[in-house]
Amino acid sequence: MLNIKNLQVGLEEENKQILKGVDLEIGEGEVHAIMGPNGSGKSTTSYVLAGKDGYEVTEGSATLNGQELLDMEPDERAAAGLFLAFQYPVEIPGVGNMTFLRTAVNAQRKARGEEELSAGEFLKVVREKAKTLKIDADMLKRPVNVGFSGGEKKRNEILQMAMLEPKMCVLDETDSGLDVDAMKLVAEGVNALRDGKRSFLVITHYQRLLDHIKPDVVHIMANGRIVKTGGPELALEVENNGYADILAEVG
Amino acid sequence: MVAQPKLDQGAALLAAYAQPSGAAWMNDARAKARASFAAMGAPHKRDEYWKYTDPSALTAIPTADADLFSTDAPIMFDEIDRVKITFVDGVFDADQSDDLALAGCSIETLADVAATDIHWAKELFGTLEAAGQDPVERPLAALNTALATQGLVIRVTGTCPKPLAIRYVHASETSDALVRHLIKVEKGASLTVLESGAGAARFNSVLEVDVADKGAFHHVRSQGRDHERKTVTHMFARLGTESLFNSFTLTVNGVLTRNEVVLELLGDDTQATVAGACAGDGASFHHDDTVFITHDAVNCESRQVFKKVLRNGATGVFQGKILVQPDAQKTDGYQISQGLLLDDDSNFLAKPELEIYADDVACSHGSTVGAIDEDALFYLGSRGVPHKQAQDMLTLAFLGEALDEIADEALRGEIETRLGAWMERR
Ligand SMILES: Nc1ncnc2c1ncn2[C@@H]1O[C@H](COP(=O)(O)OP(=O)(O)OP(=O)(O)O)[C@@H](O)[C@H]1O
Ligand SMILES: [Mg+2]
Repeated sequence: MLNIKNLQVGLEEENKQILKGVDLEIGEGEVHAIMGPNGSGKSTTSYVLAGKDGYEVTEGSATLNGQELLDMEPDERAAAGLFLAFQYPVEIPGVGNMTFLRTAVNAQRKARGEEELSAGEFLKVVREKAKTLKIDADMLKRPVNVGFSGGEKKRNEILQMAMLEPKMCVLDETDSGLDVDAMKLVAEGVNALRDGKRSFLVITHYQRLLDHIKPDVVHIMANGRIVKTGGPELALEVENNGYADILAEVG
Repeated sequence: MVAQPKLDQGAALLAAYAQPSGAAWMNDARAKARASFAAMGAPHKRDEYWKYTDPSALTAIPTADADLFSTDAPIMFDEIDRVKITFVDGVFDADQSDDLALAGCSIETLADVAATDIHWAKELFGTLEAAGQDPVERPLAALNTALATQGLVIRVTGTCPKPLAIRYVHASETSDALVRHLIKVEKGASLTVLESGAGAARFNSVLEVDVADKGAFHHVRSQGRDHERKTVTHMFARLGTESLFNSFTLTVNGVLTRNEVVLELLGDDTQATVAGACAGDGASFHHDDTVFITHDAVNCESRQVFKKVLRNGATGVFQGKILVQPDAQKTDGYQISQGLLLDDDSNFLAKPELEIYADDVACSHGSTVGAIDEDALFYLGSRGVPHKQAQDMLTLAFLGEALDEIADEALRGEIETRLGAWMERR
């Protein structure tokens, strides 16, 4: 599904390398988690995959089902099946959440040569999915993320993911800012999308999310690299002992 | 002392047009305005009030030619049930107009009224313009009073069931038009006026509106798209107790536009809104909204909402003032002006002003200028929305706050369609 090879990334504006050779391979239907200290490059990895400006890729590649993502515009990456749930979802004053969702869904359908959804069809699907995420009608009407609480923003990300039905979902700290119940909701939302084909990359600091979304593989990122890869037990180790031991071990 | 070049240019302007003659009262009104203009002289870019906008294209003799703009876009407001009135190069065209008949009001042409010896308009014509010359001079409005022969004189006595739609057709590349309307909204009456079109190569229009107690005046205007047209408009309104005034203007294209709005809130509990959305393209585009709102009564609300999207070196200007007189307690004055620059070459200049002499008031003003939000663009892109479409969405969203001031949904829809077409054209 997703294949990242020796990804090296710096900032466009200043001479600073952030990713120093990231290798990561996620197979179809797999769930991988990335943990790692603050500032280790997790969000940068997700942004570079999604195509955010301001980063310069100096080396390496990232392919989605064989297609090079790094050559594409952000919208093309989305149409190819990539989705990023943002660590900090963006507020867009003046654009209604519903309009935003419908524009996104239809833009992707158009890019794939599919028929656009009618307003009626769209409304039906969105209401149903919003309901399972406990997103009320008012939140759908309001401008995108404007005045949403931290938890509401994260649920809104999952709603977008559910509507867009991507192949490869990258979730950047979707659990941060969520209360216990909201975390369950979000995890259920994610799990509902697990169909054996769709793949997930879950960036998190906490084991508790991984209790709900069970990963197949856990990676530890430090200083711009994946320094250790293991099974779910790796997350428990981090939870119990922090990163010191692991970092010491890998030097 | 008025600078000599201003006086000279003023004299040249007066000499360039024929002095119209009509009934005695009209001749008086015109003579007064003529004298007032002659004393003020023509506006000059060194005038404080014209600091951001060079008026020379508005005062030059003769005016520069302006190419006609041809489009297959539908006529503005064509979907709306209305009384249609057409002016071609500033001249009333009966053949292209409906009968001047609408329930709840009487509609006459200025040409007819000016020739009538006894007319209610005598008490009003030119008086709002004259009052609006203080504390800031507006010479081009006085010029209009002195010289305009074309326009409408409307008296509203009831609730007009449909809008009056005035269309200004620009048909000659050299036309230089002065159009003057006078509207008197009587107690409890209401009228909606729609205006559209470029009007002329150079178009000077003045609208005087007197709204009596509990009266309502709604106004939606779409200024013509002819790229080379030059326009100066003045709207003077006097508002009575519990009256309602709502005006919205859309401007796309044109080389120079100056829209002045002067409102006097004279009765208590009045609500007034002036809003504008402007989309400008190219270094020759210059658009100026200049608003002066005087609160002279208790518990009134005024709103100014102006948004401009500018690209390829276009310039937008906003000068907005709220003056709250000592007795105007409980005034609620709101003013926002924002520029969205789609590139580094474009400019937005704003001069928001508050002058408050009452102590129990809530006035706020804000002015911002900025580029399109890159994070929002990326967010939309990451959801699959292509760059251009995302940019258009954010641009419309930016203008949305001004469009939201239009109460009527169908009219707002028309304006949105027009803006959408502007975005398509790049
Ligand atoms: N646009 C930027 N300008 C300057 N520094 C940046 C920028 N983007 C990322 N960095 C730096 O790159 C490093 C990696 O940041 P990144 O956001 O990827 O970390 P992270 O692993 O997601 O951290 P966290 O767990 O705190 O979310 C940090 O030192 C950060 O300050
Ligand atoms: Mg991060």
